[in-house]
Amino acid sequence: MTAKAKTAGKKKRNILQVARVIRSKNSGPFELTLDIMFKERRYFDLFREKNIITARKIARLYRIPESDVLKIVYFEPSQAIKVTIKRKIPSGAPGDSDIYGAQQHVPLFDLEF
Amino acid sequence: MTRKNSARKLPPFKILSTTAILGYGFPESSFRKGMSLKPDLIAADAGSTDPGPYYLGAGKSFTNRSAVKRDLRLMIKAGIENNIPVVIGTAGGSGARPHVEWCLEIVREIAREENLHFKLGIAYGDVDKETVKKALKEKRIKPLAFVPRLTPEVIEQSENIVAQMGVEPFIKLLGEGCQVVVAGRSYDPAVFAALPIARGYDPGLALHLGKILECAAIAATPGSGSDCALGILEEDSFILEALSPERKFTPQSAAAHTLYEKSDPYELPGPGGVINLRNCSFEDIGRGRVRVRGSRFVPTDKYWVKLEGVRLTGYRSVSVAGVRDPIMISKIDAILKAVEDRARDIMKIKPEDGRIFFHVYGKNGVMGELEPVKKTASHELGIVIETIGRSQEEADALLAVTRSALLHYGYEGRIATAGNLAFPFSPSDLAMGKVFEFSVYHLMQVDDPAFFETRTEEL
Repeated sequence: MTAKAKTAGKKKRNILQVARVIRSKNSGPFELTLDIMFKERRYFDLFREKNIITARKIARLYRIPESDVLKIVYFEPSQAIKVTIKRKIPSGAPGDSDIYGAQQHVPLFDLEF
Repeated sequence: MTRKNSARKLPPFKILSTTAILGYGFPESSFRKGMSLKPDLIAADAGSTDPGPYYLGAGKSFTNRSAVKRDLRLMIKAGIENNIPVVIGTAGGSGARPHVEWCLEIVREIAREENLHFKLGIAYGDVDKETVKKALKEKRIKPLAFVPRLTPEVIEQSENIVAQMGVEPFIKLLGEGCQVVVAGRSYDPAVFAALPIARGYDPGLALHLGKILECAAIAATPGSGSDCALGILEEDSFILEALSPERKFTPQSAAAHTLYEKSDPYELPGPGGVINLRNCSFEDIGRGRVRVRGSRFVPTDKYWVKLEGVRLTGYRSVSVAGVRDPIMISKIDAILKAVEDRARDIMKIKPEDGRIFFHVYGKNGVMGELEPVKKTASHELGIVIETIGRSQEEADALLAVTRSALLHYGYEGRIATAGNLAFPFSPSDLAMGKVFEFSVYHLMQVDDPAFFETRTEEL
């Protein structure tokens, strides 16, 4: 059975059902990098095949322009997707609220597929 | 196992990484286990930009002096007694001259107290402003993603500009017979990779191993930044080994680490080239060890180093207070806006000269503008009032006025007329000192990768 047939007609699933790690962290002072690691290989494959994570979707979840999404990379050895976005305020600059960028992952919890 | 039967076969090269950041500590038992395996090199990275721009600008370490001394004492003592080189990168946390001097003072103290005598190598990571301006003029500077453009004015305003050195200054100092090397701002893997690269090991493997070892046992499972790890470099692969019984490396844990704090896990750019991990494999070889193959170093056409610099942007004061009144909580945005306007009006201060921020915990204190939840459901709010002025006095004055305006602000529907804030502390206001921001985060092309100032000292 293909992944498509499996999900057809079913209710949407939430990312928390298939991810084992969802986190955010600085990648240098000007970027925020988001990691999603999947519980099982098949979910990683599904996300990659169906192109479920797009710059557009990330931009919508974070309410940022698409041009602020720098990169989306699929990393096989960890069954992980890495998304890098622009920091609204560089780390430690006036107005910043999260120097390490370690608590900016939660909008990803709303990702459904 | 198949092995190349070459006469030039390199013996395994063992690297003992003690801790993720010098001063984070490590168990003596793990260190002793590592020493019993007769390492060829003891090394630790001491720095990061993660704690923010302040430490580079202020010339202060974000790590504790006693903790750094404790770690260094164990490493240097064991290194000198067993004739194993000890290499420290990004001394003092940010790796500018004051940070390096701070670390050197600790090293000299240890040598005196332990009666140790050795040749100390020092490499400074500083790059003077004229060098950066010249590079800018000659179009040898490029920004990293989302970084504002560099101008001669920005360079002039910046303090403590450093460059991440690659393996070359380390190779130079180790080649001069230095038994301990303390370096300023360094590419994290360089302290681990320099000596094996000098001895002919593959740079791709050496640098990738360094990239993992710079976080010590963080890449093991359960991970820890305060525990040692051993890397064994061979001709065509390297092995990762944990040094305490409660930890092990797994292909998953080692691979996952490759994702950490970087934007692309397949291509890791550094001084002079890129570590390419497209064909990299992670293999479980039992007893908590992982063998890694296929990491390649691809040199770039020209040699680029990453510059880091910060500039002073003002002085900060903060006050912490809580709000419990539900009527006030329901109107908090409008109240804070009105309070800011009132404070500005009283102080006659323009937004560019005095800045006011309210960090409203329980609402959007953590995510600010990125917060998707717009309406708070919290029954209490924590507010950090922050002001930034052109001097500490200005910041203090702006805070005092903002704080009292918020305390007594008569919002519509107010029932609790005695005061709007609960202060946990007296004094309520805290002068925080200088505020810096990253102003330089660019690549600079250099002709000589060993252009960094080096010197030696006999202790």
